[in-house]
Amino acid sequence: MKLRIVATFLVVALVCFAGYAALFIAPDERTMHEVQRIFYFHVASWSACFTAFTVAFIGNVGYLATRKINWDWLGVAGAEVGVVACSIGLVTGPLWAKPVWGVWWTWDPRLTTTFILWLLYVSYLLLRGLIEEPGRRATLSAVFGIFAFLDVPLVYMSNRLWRTQHPAPVIFGGEGSGLDPTMGKVLGLCIVSLLCLIVLVLADRYRLESLRHEADELRQEVESRTLGSESLSTKAPS
Amino acid sequence: MKNFGNLFAAWMLVWAIFFVYEVSIARRIARLRQDMEDLKRQLQNK
Repeated sequence: MKLRIVATFLVVALVCFAGYAALFIAPDERTMHEVQRIFYFHVASWSACFTAFTVAFIGNVGYLATRKINWDWLGVAGAEVGVVACSIGLVTGPLWAKPVWGVWWTWDPRLTTTFILWLLYVSYLLLRGLIEEPGRRATLSAVFGIFAFLDVPLVYMSNRLWRTQHPAPVIFGGEGSGLDPTMGKVLGLCIVSLLCLIVLVLADRYRLESLRHEADELRQEVESRTLGSESLSTKAPS
Repeated sequence: MKNFGNLFAAWMLVWAIFFVYEVSIARRIARLRQDMEDLKRQLQNK
């Protein structure tokens, strides 16, 4: 508990410092000016999103390989946190796009594959809600989760493979790409701060799932004892 | 300060979404703990 409080305090401090750096330390971009500062948390939210979906993928594969329910908890935690980070990316993107492109949204390959990714993982979460039996729910959602993850590399590669309205990658983008050194450091700081934040959120979400499992077991025990005492009381008169 | 409104909205949304999500997890955990306490009490009474 003490460790958790210290970790939360450190992450909040890191996130605040990253926010300050993005607003006040990073240099002004020549053509877009202030609105370009959305970039620091827009890109960081995608790193967080891809990391969370990778965690979900590891959980899904782990469950199918071992059939241990802990992997399923990791899968659902990663998927839900990933959807949150993906939603942040999908909301901040249009707020940046409108003043720069003149439109909130366009169906270019990067945006479309990203929207599909969001829909796939929302479907994953909905699917889990529809299946009652835990083993069946874990198996089906693990299979669906692996299928959904196939879109992650496609999203990442979309603005490398096709000509898109979305800007070309500035990191690992090949010749002609790159960032001002200060911008690069601030972006790195923002990415690290959001990754630390999602690690904390993932840990909480995982704990929630393990508590849910414990509560289900207790509920089953109460039900079985209730049924046992009921059958005894019906047998008693004879 | 051109387009400051968009920058402000984006920043507020980032933190609001994370905050609401974290609060939702905390509430779900609290509700589950309460349920578990009730179930344990029921088991002790049986």
